[in-house]
Amino acid sequence: MRARTYVVPLAALALLAVVPLLSFDVPRLLPGPLDSPGTLQLLALCLVFAGVALSYDVLFGFTGLLSFGHALYFALGVYVPAIALTKWEWGLPQALLLLAAVALVVPLVLGAVSLRVGGIAFAMVTLAFAQAGNIVVQTNPRNLTGGDEGFSLNVDPLPDFLIGVVNTKYLYWLALGYAVLVFLVARAAIGSSAGHVWRAIRDNERRVEVLGLRPYPYKLISFVLACFLASWGGFMWLLLIGVTPEVTAATLTLTLLVMVVLGGAGTRFGAMVGGFAYTLLDYRLRSLAGEERIQDLPDVFRVPLSEPLFLLGALFVAVVFFVPGGLASLPARLRLLVWRRRAEEAS
Amino acid sequence: MSTEIALEVTDLHVRIGESHVLQGISLSVVKGRVTALLGRNGVGKTTTLRALLGLVPRSRGQVILDGVDVTRAPTHAIVRRGIGYVPEDRDVFAGLTVEENLRLAERAGTGRYDLVYQLFPELRERGRQRAGTLSGGQQQMLAIARALLNDNRLLLVDEPTKGLAPLLVSEVAAALERASELATVVLVEQNLGVVQRVAEDVVVLDGGRVVHAGPAQKLFADPARVRQLLGVHGASRDGAA
Amino acid sequence: MSTFVLLTITGLGLGAMYFLVASGLSLIYGLMGVLNFAHGAFITFGAYAAWWLSTKVSGSFEVQLLVGAAFGLLVGAALAALVELVFIRPLYRRPVEQVLVTVGLALSLGALVYGIWGADAKFFPVPDWMLDTTTILGANIPNDRFVEIAVAIVVLLGLVGLLRFTRVGLVIRAGVENRAMVTALGIDVRKAFTLVFALGGSLAALAGVLSGVYYGTIDPARGTSLLIFAFIVVVIGGFGSIGGSAVAAVAVGLVQQYANFYVADWLDWSGAGDVAVMLLLASVLLLRPEGLAPKVAH
Repeated sequence: MRARTYVVPLAALALLAVVPLLSFDVPRLLPGPLDSPGTLQLLALCLVFAGVALSYDVLFGFTGLLSFGHALYFALGVYVPAIALTKWEWGLPQALLLLAAVALVVPLVLGAVSLRVGGIAFAMVTLAFAQAGNIVVQTNPRNLTGGDEGFSLNVDPLPDFLIGVVNTKYLYWLALGYAVLVFLVARAAIGSSAGHVWRAIRDNERRVEVLGLRPYPYKLISFVLACFLASWGGFMWLLLIGVTPEVTAATLTLTLLVMVVLGGAGTRFGAMVGGFAYTLLDYRLRSLAGEERIQDLPDVFRVPLSEPLFLLGALFVAVVFFVPGGLASLPARLRLLVWRRRAEEAS
Repeated sequence: MSTEIALEVTDLHVRIGESHVLQGISLSVVKGRVTALLGRNGVGKTTTLRALLGLVPRSRGQVILDGVDVTRAPTHAIVRRGIGYVPEDRDVFAGLTVEENLRLAERAGTGRYDLVYQLFPELRERGRQRAGTLSGGQQQMLAIARALLNDNRLLLVDEPTKGLAPLLVSEVAAALERASELATVVLVEQNLGVVQRVAEDVVVLDGGRVVHAGPAQKLFADPARVRQLLGVHGASRDGAA
Repeated sequence: MSTFVLLTITGLGLGAMYFLVASGLSLIYGLMGVLNFAHGAFITFGAYAAWWLSTKVSGSFEVQLLVGAAFGLLVGAALAALVELVFIRPLYRRPVEQVLVTVGLALSLGALVYGIWGADAKFFPVPDWMLDTTTILGANIPNDRFVEIAVAIVVLLGLVGLLRFTRVGLVIRAGVENRAMVTALGIDVRKAFTLVFALGGSLAALAGVLSGVYYGTIDPARGTSLLIFAFIVVVIGGFGSIGGSAVAAVAVGLVQQYANFYVADWLDWSGAGDVAVMLLLASVLLLRPEGLAPKVAH
């Protein structure tokens, strides 16, 4: 039984690994054949968000902490190495070490404060801290962050195989590696005894206290781990896209929430599937919005279709209403539907 | 003697989390009488009352009020059929004044203020006082007054003497007697002295089920049976739990 | 000194707008337990509706502004009521899904604004006398600040009056304390829900209109930026408390202005004020996690 549950994911992993070697076309969905740089960059982004969504799920789906500031740590992964490499002209290993340190200390400090309150207040506080990050980036203190234009990453310290359009496939594999790593770390953490406490906290925090455990340290660990994992996703974004201030916007955390709920919070692969699918859908809707046949439509159709976020938000609302368990719950629902249909036919 | 049924509960099941709190409660409450709901701590007495009102979701069962099936109805609709509820923790609104608490409970501007102030003159005196600053006993009076304010046909009263000094217990019992003249009463109560004074019928719960139902006098005439069902001496006790 | 006076009055003006948004959010959460992310959309749609109608009305800026504002408030209330009835009410016993739905609506409605009106800012009809300044204690204060403060005071008094002297207000105050008991008294709280949502929507729209006057323009991002500060005000002030929101709004507005000027100068960084507000939030939480005026039994 244990072996069987891994057949499909392992097959998917194998398929994903060989993508850059296939010259296969997926019309309408992808911008070019599978091994083209444009497609690889898009798929790499999908993988990155699969990982970041899972990091958010550790916090939200497994520990029950509704954070609205997760994007802040993703943004740290974008800006800290970028500043170190470009503005301070550090080498790559030092920049990465700095990110690791920052990605541990910042969530530790902010988490320690935020977790003093629970529920809605916690959500608001995390939002406020993330907004602070947004402001820091936008106001460009000492010309470090580039304000709302960002700045170009200094690629000299980076290894050659990561630079250049022709090497996109290495970035793709790196992104795949990131997603796999996040999965393994998250799985290990969730399966550990701390992970069991997380789920207990999610289900009934009062009961955890009654059992003699203090929820606070466990919540903090979950918070730091989730944020740490997310910031490496930010570094991947830096490599794939560059320095863009939009990563600090509140919208990013909200879209992470959408990804997780869409895929199915608190499930094994739900968040990853949600992150992958959402990123792909977002891209597809954006390119659709720009097409002439959409722009030529009458206003009442053109307006909603030219704004991907409108459709995605509407989709999200529909999912929350009708499929609260997300995509991950669909197999079970379909099975129930088929079973019911069979029962009706039999009687 | 009327044998009209004011309240009929059939096979009521309530699940709270993983706990199967009510496992098939069935009981009948005769109109105009006082029925006491008894049992040890945690058997589901309070849950039964809350389930009747729809304050906890029911997984199975039927509730018929004066011949009308109210099982699917929302709480406020059930209450508007003429129910006065006195919850276990009184649940008076601390931030509102005594008068505001009463006004809030009033339905359609026909509150029986005279009756209520006659029973509890202190409430008239303290009309402008914030309910949160009242003593426990005064809050209990307010909670009962709130339920009596409207011309309710059924009163659900949950442990009204809990934590009260003996003198106040007596006052509450007297209020319950007066209430029983006006409405059908379902009373959850641990104080057997009070139960003996006001109750006409008893229903005993254990482990989420009804284990005994019948006239109060008959039960209390049998101390051994009382001890068996409730684990206490059947003699009259006032004050302490 | 004159700078201090200017900063103070400007801080109060900003605080006025935060209060308008926060009071609605606070009541909605206090009574319904719903964290309404879609509130930003009420701000933005209210502001745009006001702007749109004002461009269709001929007359002085005062007339355009007043007519536009009235329409904006109506749109805000209607949109909020619609959201509550269609999206929030069906999810009554599912609080997590309620929050998620408001998130989805925030994203959708936010994008819709961009789609309908584009990303560029629109000029708001601001009467000349509001652009003029009045000199107080040596400081030149733009008159719009007084308008914002006056509106906020009127709304504060109106809300307090509503809560204290009307039956609906009684139901709301009781519901904030103990919603279940209110239903156990035979009162259908859901009507109060819709009313509170609609009220919150029109107050948000009013804030949007005032922000149009304050900044001279409106843009699609206005709702979100006001909303985040309003959230901070609600946390500091305590959920369900109008008085708490008022005090916290003043505090946040003032801290933001003072820090933006004094600290920013010293650190050579213009973002200091907003970050200072975050620090204020953090310190309040460290000292008093339930906020300034705890009132909720959730």
